[in-house]
Amino acid sequence: MAVLPFNEQRIDDVPVRERHEELVYNRPKALTDRHTHYCPGCTHGIAHRLVAEVIDELGIREDTILVASVGCSVFAYNYFEVDSCEAAHGRAPAMATGVKRVHPDKIVFTYQGDGDLASIGMGEIIHTAARGEKITTIFINNAVYGMTGGQMAPTSLPGQKTTSSPFGRDLMLCGAPIRVAELIANLDGTVFSVRRSLHDARHIIQAKKAIRTAFEAQIKGLGFSIVELLSSCPTNWGMTATESLDWIRDSMIPTYPLGDYKIAPELVTKKR
Amino acid sequence: MAKELLKGNIAFAEAAIRAGCEVYFGYPITPQTELLEHMSQRMVELGRVFLQAESEVAAVNMVYGAAAAGARVMTSSSSPGISLMQEGFSYMAASNVPAVVIDIMRGGPGLGNIQPSQSDYNQVTKSAGHGDFHPIVLAPSTVQEAIDLTTLAFDLAEKYRTLVFVIADGTIGQMMEPAELPEMKPVKTEHPAWAVTGAKGRPRNVITSLFLGAEELEKLNIDLQAKLLMIQQDEEVRYDAAHLEGAEVVVVGFGTAARVAQTAVNRMRAQGLPVGLFRPITLWPFPEKEIAQLPQLYPTIKTILVVEMNAGQMVHDVREAIAGQVPVRFTGRMGGIVPVPEEVEEEIRRVLTSLSAVTPRKEASNGRVAL
Repeated sequence: MAVLPFNEQRIDDVPVRERHEELVYNRPKALTDRHTHYCPGCTHGIAHRLVAEVIDELGIREDTILVASVGCSVFAYNYFEVDSCEAAHGRAPAMATGVKRVHPDKIVFTYQGDGDLASIGMGEIIHTAARGEKITTIFINNAVYGMTGGQMAPTSLPGQKTTSSPFGRDLMLCGAPIRVAELIANLDGTVFSVRRSLHDARHIIQAKKAIRTAFEAQIKGLGFSIVELLSSCPTNWGMTATESLDWIRDSMIPTYPLGDYKIAPELVTKKR
Repeated sequence: MAKELLKGNIAFAEAAIRAGCEVYFGYPITPQTELLEHMSQRMVELGRVFLQAESEVAAVNMVYGAAAAGARVMTSSSSPGISLMQEGFSYMAASNVPAVVIDIMRGGPGLGNIQPSQSDYNQVTKSAGHGDFHPIVLAPSTVQEAIDLTTLAFDLAEKYRTLVFVIADGTIGQMMEPAELPEMKPVKTEHPAWAVTGAKGRPRNVITSLFLGAEELEKLNIDLQAKLLMIQQDEEVRYDAAHLEGAEVVVVGFGTAARVAQTAVNRMRAQGLPVGLFRPITLWPFPEKEIAQLPQLYPTIKTILVVEMNAGQMVHDVREAIAGQVPVRFTGRMGGIVPVPEEVEEEIRRVLTSLSAVTPRKEASNGRVAL
């Protein structure tokens, strides 16, 4: 090989051990090489990546089955490089139950938004958790129906203006927001129920740790695990990407406190 | 195996188990509950999957998951429960996954009652969910046939990757008859290549019913229709017939209604009256060709009389098949009333009398409901 002047050398021509660069960021194997349909500033992409990184790190990609839901994440099966099925609106936990009962040795997870899980699918998620179904649910709470254009969800904040609550969510008419992580934590079948946020780097790292523990709970066969992720929807909130992250911090977290609502003793790591 | 006295609902359940059903999800509803109860014991004893779901909606979506995962799976319900399950049926049809559904029909509409009825004929054969599809629909008229058709249902479901319904009214679910069960088939150990089982050393599998592009979804529909046409042409049509030779009136009915009609027809034949019986066993695919040919094959036929335990649902398919060759009349009971042979006989006699009054064949009448 002809030796080129240093500034003309291409990276591929340099033996790896002599390179000064180190690959620190790449696409996880559990994600497909595909552009997502998510809006700019939406945190679905971050949530997908965190789940995929955890799947890679746990080495379970070939044993994992995704049950996608209805809503913005309806196409999740296009982005995760795992066997996947697409459930009816709200029914992902029931469909996942069917898959898991047939393949109890596989890792089965649902990925659901707040319209899907907390409204039309509330019955399914409650009973799946109550049965202690050994699946993991990634729950994206962005306080609106994203896919259909920003209508009020059971998770919309008091007074929040949406395309179906133009005067703001009236608690006297529509009731108060549902806090899913706390609700699910009350069921005996649940072994892990926490709420995290995706609004900044520190919280994203905490979210990933929680996702990992949720999958570990399933691998250990302990019961039902769920991670609620406060997520942004700049398009339907009518905000810029950065404004929407601030809105999670300033408006959502006071209603949806971050925290651990249930962690089974088997999942508590001893601090050194 | 020797014959034993079996209740219909137990026969359905045990036949499914012996056909290698690995997974069952259900929800209690009269008059099918004994089926679920039998599964709750036997499936667990055999180390298979039994789960009582929180609703019919959850049950059918569990079935969808298990079918997507490649298992031999079944659910059962009764009319109001079948209405709730329609969501899942439509998704399963679009995804081409196999499953077996037992519908022990009761009187409707609404909560109706728990008496035997055939009021789900239209729902199951024509409108089992939104979109263009038909499940295969089998209709037994005895406990023995309940066993035989349930066994067949699993094979057809897998052969065509489709939903197969076995529908029977509450009479068949609740009555006891001597019947013979088949030997236990081994549960299959391999799952089909298309199922979601974890993408180990192969490209990933995706089971979905979502196709946003209109061209893409039209292609799916064209393929689905081609499959349905193949089922229709594949000699899957099943029926039974008796006393057609020389018959002037042919009674057409399925399930319990056919059985009641059979008694009436047998009695009348013994008296030398020209009556016959035709009983569709597959309600979809419907024996359209076979019914259409009846007036040509048996030129003595002057009228078809359809007997159902509803307001007249299958009669429309019979009329479409006969296409005006001879009049098609209807008699039926609703609300969970099973007609007795005497009233069917009386209706046949009425038709015979009207035939002697008007000899030449005339256009199809609109039929009527005998209340």
